[in-house]
Amino acid sequence: MTDNLRGKSAIVGVGHAGFGAAHGFSAYDIMAQSAHAALNDAGLKLSDVDGLFCTMMEDSMPVLMAAEYLGIQPRYIDGTMTGGSSFVNYLTSATMALEAGLCDVALICYGSNQRTASGRLVTASKLPPYEGLYSPRYPISGYALAAARHMYEYGTTRENLADVAVAARAWASHNPEAFMRDPLTREDVLSSRMVGDPLTKLDCCLVTDGGGAVVLVRADRAKNFPNAPVYVLGSAAESSHRQISQMKDFTVTAARESGKRAFAMAGVTPADIDVVELYDAFTINTILFLEDLGFCKKGEGGAFVSDGRIAPGGALAVNTNGGGLSCVHPGMYGIFTIIEAARQIRGDAPGMQLDGVELAVAHGNGGVLSSQVTAILGGASTV
Amino acid sequence: MESALGPDAKFREGLSNGQINLPQCDDCGKFHFFPRINCPHCGSTALTWHRALGTGEVHTTTTVRRRPESGGDYNVCMVELTEGVRMMSRVDGILPADVKIGMPLAVFVGDIDGTPAVLCKPAEG
Ligand SMILES: [Zn+2]
Repeated sequence: MTDNLRGKSAIVGVGHAGFGAAHGFSAYDIMAQSAHAALNDAGLKLSDVDGLFCTMMEDSMPVLMAAEYLGIQPRYIDGTMTGGSSFVNYLTSATMALEAGLCDVALICYGSNQRTASGRLVTASKLPPYEGLYSPRYPISGYALAAARHMYEYGTTRENLADVAVAARAWASHNPEAFMRDPLTREDVLSSRMVGDPLTKLDCCLVTDGGGAVVLVRADRAKNFPNAPVYVLGSAAESSHRQISQMKDFTVTAARESGKRAFAMAGVTPADIDVVELYDAFTINTILFLEDLGFCKKGEGGAFVSDGRIAPGGALAVNTNGGGLSCVHPGMYGIFTIIEAARQIRGDAPGMQLDGVELAVAHGNGGVLSSQVTAILGGASTV
Repeated sequence: MESALGPDAKFREGLSNGQINLPQCDDCGKFHFFPRINCPHCGSTALTWHRALGTGEVHTTTTVRRRPESGGDYNVCMVELTEGVRMMSRVDGILPADVKIGMPLAVFVGDIDGTPAVLCKPAEG
């Protein structure tokens, strides 16, 4: 995505459904409920949707299943599967498709019943051939290998990791939509059951049900909708590997490149950002992405996140809904970074609403630190 | 002589003979792993296989926690071979908690449930 696409599309509707446990509902049910919620929010109908951007954990052609379920016949479709980053990646293709006139109303959507379907969860992902023999437990083993190396090279500590989870919980405690809202201390995280050293159960994201959806239109007509538009100022992707064993540097993700290009396109810097929503599948993610996106130097992420610095009232607002660690994590979390960023800009966040948010980062991660996608979203004053 | 086997089969053939063989690029000189038909560093398809030295070190490591009745905790690591390639492996012969990053390793062909596999143990001396 290049500068001439800056601000050319806008989010005019967001929605979600099935947070927590959605007993009796399928992944597609939850996807569709989310789509309806986002379209209602935008004052649009299903029949208005002519661009569909979707992937699911089920089936080999989930975007076709989604269109069929919704009863729509979209003229533009993107089902590119890059894991949890897919939905942030669709911001780019949706903007391109809208700007090119290939569609007029773009719907990005997702749903999962991962929690209530537990035990019969079907994943299309097989263990990589040169890794499976050693029985790594995915995805945690991949992230544990990255965390261990970060600790070795930079002196990052388990306390630093724990403080990421503590901060996420502190945000979640203000959010009635969050799944886990009880107080959490550093000691709780450290004494939680070790799952894959150095990561404990509380260093890992939740397993919940849930879905989310976002509606975009061309910026030139974005003001004709019930809510204030949230503009896509920049978006960029970079992928570095698929299998964790192919990651060149276990302490540096492709977010360094996706972030650099997304910020350049938006014409802003990390210092300008009011709120950061990033994919915190594990506590190490938050540290890696804050470093790689340029909010602190490589190796300083541990100190940067500690002692409440990314919690409410801290130096930088990170994952203001409680993130995948404490709010919601239905298999893939990426879409919720967009939804929370958009709501903070609109001023209708469900939890702690920050004052005067004009610029937000939504950052998606896919695979095992494999695919990184960064989007910069902005309010009316930024275009 | 041109190999009749694809890269994966050729690697596994080496393992079944107790050898860790790795493809090296004729153009840029670098080794790579996993085996494939092109060099991931420069794109060349001119590759020659060499037997690895069987030495390396722990690049990063984790302990997968498992209930004792299911077999107990075990190690999963990334080993960096002296040839410069990394692969997933397991360090045997010591407790998972004693596997440390930077530890020198002897890398050998063992087996996991009857399948030949690259395994490691702490280097002697
Ligand atoms: Zn080469």
